[in-house]
Amino acid sequence: MKENPLVIAVTGLNAIDSPGPGVAVIRAIREGIGRPVRIIGLAYENLEPGIYMDGICDKTYLISYPTAGEEKLFSTINDINTREKIDVVIPNFDAELPNFIRIEKRLLEIGVKMFIPTEEMFEARDKQKLFAFGKQVGLLVPRDKVIYQIGELSSVAEEFGYPLVVKGRFYEATVAHTLEQAQKAFYKISAKWGLPIIVQEFIQGTEINIAALGDGQGNALSIIPMRKLYITDKGKAWAGITIEDESLIEIARQFMTATKWRGGMELEIMRTAKNELYIMEINPRFPAWIYLSVGAGQNQPASLVKLALGEKVLPFLNYDAGKLFIRYSWDMIVNVSDFQQFTALGQL
Amino acid sequence: MIKKNIATNELGFVFNPSTGDSFTTNQIAAQILQWMREQHDIAEIKKRLLVHYEVASSVAEKDLDDFIASLKEFNLLA
Repeated sequence: MKENPLVIAVTGLNAIDSPGPGVAVIRAIREGIGRPVRIIGLAYENLEPGIYMDGICDKTYLISYPTAGEEKLFSTINDINTREKIDVVIPNFDAELPNFIRIEKRLLEIGVKMFIPTEEMFEARDKQKLFAFGKQVGLLVPRDKVIYQIGELSSVAEEFGYPLVVKGRFYEATVAHTLEQAQKAFYKISAKWGLPIIVQEFIQGTEINIAALGDGQGNALSIIPMRKLYITDKGKAWAGITIEDESLIEIARQFMTATKWRGGMELEIMRTAKNELYIMEINPRFPAWIYLSVGAGQNQPASLVKLALGEKVLPFLNYDAGKLFIRYSWDMIVNVSDFQQFTALGQL
Repeated sequence: MIKKNIATNELGFVFNPSTGDSFTTNQIAAQILQWMREQHDIAEIKKRLLVHYEVASSVAEKDLDDFIASLKEFNLLA
């Protein structure tokens, strides 16, 4: 008798130069879940590569941007669910998470499970509150100021000095060396992501990221630290290597204990020449390089699916240091009929 | 002596898993690292250099000191 596939819906199919994690999450699940799966892609745009890649999504639906609100999101997922009978949804974008958090209970009522942070957890690590959060739980975080007007930039610059980092609420950051550069970044980022803008003290050092999975009870089930080896002009890791360092594992554990984090997450860390570990950002979802967790021996996305299904997942104890990922770009040839179908009907 | 977790090979590749740093060395440095792994002390390594390579004692000593200073700088010594 054929086993019914597990149906998993995944967002973040934009495997572009500043990639979403969806394609990496799907690869990890397909390799590590150990049972038949049917992957439903949820795409925001018709040119997201994951829609068309072989062996990634079995079916993809176009969904509305998060600004359409939680009601629209629920009705869309509900509609897809009547056709697909979704078991688990994995949201992979910061900006969509608040809507998913708000509809979590209603999704559960229609049989769709998730394993995501609560609103409280999500808010605690928000960029606007990160400094206060660090202070509260004893983690080093660079000083920052949340600003709403461009005129505030000069006084912040006076306090922090140059260079400083101008960041959007959800995405993008620019290092500014002069007031003019900071103003340009303010306009550019606020036009794209809205206000407020976060201005952060610049910390010099080595960029290290940690991908982790929390069980929602304060335990870290998996922690994989990665040093960026090749960084794009958008600050994204294009190559990286797993490293072993107990202080990095400890910082992730400390975060998990403090927040009782539920789900995947990423800590962005700067290690200074004095070996201080500053938390630069905390992302409430898996990073785009999460497939490296599979290479290192801890399949975090597959474990998250099991957690969402209510299955017991034991903490991983070991991983391989010295595993590299090297991202590459690849031109796919896509039939215009596929593109037309997805554009016209919103599904492929 | 060299940290236990540092990975080396006979081709002169050195990898520090704590930092993710990797280096390449020449053949002589790879040999010195191998001797360090075998727990030979500096005095013994100096002697071995003189036996295995055609080099004046003062030059071997200076080169070894420089190499050890580099290992320290890159945080590869215990």
